[in-house]
Amino acid sequence: MINLAGRDILHGWGKFVFTGIGLGLLIGVTLTMAGVYRGMVDDANVMIDNSGADLWVVQQDTLGPYAEPSSVRDDVARDLLGRSGILDAGNVTYLTMQASAVKQATGQRREVRVMLVGFEPGKPGEPAYLVAGRPIVRSHYEALADLKTGFALGEKVRLRRHDYTVVGLTQRMVSSGGDPMIFIPLQDAQEVQFLKDNDALINERARTASNPAFNRPNVPGLLEAVQASQTTSHFVNTVLVRLAPGADAEEVAGEIRRWKHLQAYTRAQMEEILIARLIATSSKQIFMFLVILAIVSAAIVAFIIYTMTLNKMREIAVLKLIGATNQTISSMILQQALGLGLIGFMVGKLSATLWAPLFPKYILLLPEDAISGFFLVMLMCALASIFAIRAALRVDPANAIG
Amino acid sequence: MNMPAIHIENLTKRYGEGDTAVDALKGVDMTIWPGEVVGLVGPSGSGKSTLLKCLGAVIEPSSGRMTLGGQTIFDAAWKIDDLRTLRRDRIGFIFQAPYLIPFLDVTDNVALLPMLAGMPDAASRSRALELLNALDVGHRAKAAVAQLSGGEQQRVSIARALANHPPVILADEPTAPLDSERALNVVRMLNQMAQQYQTAIIVVTHDEKIIPTFKRIYHIRDGRTYEEAGEGREV
Ligand SMILES: Nc1ncnc2c1ncn2[C@@H]1O[C@H](COP(=O)(O)OP(=O)(O)O)[C@@H](O)[C@H]1O
Ligand SMILES: [Mg+2]
Repeated sequence: MINLAGRDILHGWGKFVFTGIGLGLLIGVTLTMAGVYRGMVDDANVMIDNSGADLWVVQQDTLGPYAEPSSVRDDVARDLLGRSGILDAGNVTYLTMQASAVKQATGQRREVRVMLVGFEPGKPGEPAYLVAGRPIVRSHYEALADLKTGFALGEKVRLRRHDYTVVGLTQRMVSSGGDPMIFIPLQDAQEVQFLKDNDALINERARTASNPAFNRPNVPGLLEAVQASQTTSHFVNTVLVRLAPGADAEEVAGEIRRWKHLQAYTRAQMEEILIARLIATSSKQIFMFLVILAIVSAAIVAFIIYTMTLNKMREIAVLKLIGATNQTISSMILQQALGLGLIGFMVGKLSATLWAPLFPKYILLLPEDAISGFFLVMLMCALASIFAIRAALRVDPANAIG
Repeated sequence: MNMPAIHIENLTKRYGEGDTAVDALKGVDMTIWPGEVVGLVGPSGSGKSTLLKCLGAVIEPSSGRMTLGGQTIFDAAWKIDDLRTLRRDRIGFIFQAPYLIPFLDVTDNVALLPMLAGMPDAASRSRALELLNALDVGHRAKAAVAQLSGGEQQRVSIARALANHPPVILADEPTAPLDSERALNVVRMLNQMAQQYQTAIIVVTHDEKIIPTFKRIYHIRDGRTYEEAGEGREV
């Protein structure tokens, strides 16, 4: 038996293939949207993994440090060190900001949005591995930059008021928002984050000096002490804790909460915060896109198959008259819809794979998403062909006779 | 073989109901024998197409009786459940326009019918080729439909009508779009095929060029038929 669907497709393959490509680009966008979501989840998980922490100690009643601002005194880390179950603890600050560097070749200033991480070398929070360069050894003005920042080894990167030399490069170190990270020594980061600019500093000093409570002529050194305490920061955003082998994360976290009026999150809780809350709105946004794209694609398939069928009404009437069964005719239409879906899916998968690396944020195309995408496309095409099949089955074979 | 290919008695067809009802056939009698080519002639609106659709088991007559090769297929109601199979195996159709399937080549347009009837592809195609050769279009067997001239297309459509060797072929104005020479050529083919396959062929026409070729003519007027001997001119 001749495959009628195949013959019809071959007969008008140009139109069919171009329609398939159009549909395919839409499917490619759909797969990419799914990849954007997967990429966000993966970024969040990678961030959690790369932090090297088992517990996050943050300000009480906050979902910090990634989902909400949190500030904790930087002596907490020291206090935690002595407690049972805790192997190591490190102060860390996070700040999303603009970094810039002057390109040697062109002399142009290039700006990159980054997440600035302040960490204590050798403590939790330090990147576990570098793809190039060396770790930070000086206590000031050295930086580790993620490859995605585009900064190169030896390049000078400007953060607020100071230039930092990039001495090492990391990979896949991005914030949950997809911004690449730059790591600098904790004290520098505290200064960037908590300290004011020169004018504000001078103003503050003048204000303190004019305050009779601090500027007492009979207490020498008081004013200087107060001013010194005002210009150094003792706050960080979180303390990352590494647990001793065999320690129970939940138990240690519970103790920290009771002991210091602080919040402590385990890895599972942090994952929940990042995925269920921080990126929840974004994922709903993406889901809406997916739904709309799926509906649009289905509508396109339905429309194309419907018009293809309408253009064949006379042939269908003749086929019915000469004895073709309803099944022969419906399966011809169904196969064409599925063929369109197949071309669309292949084009979509290919285009998504090709253009994913061009996106600024990480796009993770999972094979299982592609597989379920394939079945969804096929299902959608089958459903979309129903209208055309119904129209074809309603055709009266008597129409073929004048 | 003394059985008529088609026999109908007092066949009527009413379209619609009540005030708007149209009696398109008001009692038609007709007997056609195997190997005969019969003309069905009448003015527009006289009921020719309606009769053809009834004979072709495409629409249901309102009353009367109809037999096909001696088997009663209609007697106040259809006596056969599967009209589609009946049409496929026992009735060939030729239309005013060739109505070939544009996405199949010439051979497969013809071979499709035996294939639909369950004949293997190779056998179907060789039968198609045999018919195409008989109709002088064998050299176009691999061509696409669109590459054929109008006359060639009409001959392919005759081959298609013959493809399942049906005892009856119904042709609805098959020569209307053709010039005189091609029209007579088609009639010659039809006569030849009727002889060769012992097929009864009913040709609906008002084409003056071909009316003199019929040995027997049914005139239809206002839903009734009148039989008349034709000139039976050789073509
Ligand atoms: N489907 C239909 N519904 C109602 N009336 C119809 C229908 N088909 C044909 N008729 C009417 O039946 C009569 C015969 O029509 P038809 O068989 O097409 O004649 P012819 O083919 O000889 O021109 C005409 O009056 C026509 O208007
Ligand atoms: Mg008519």
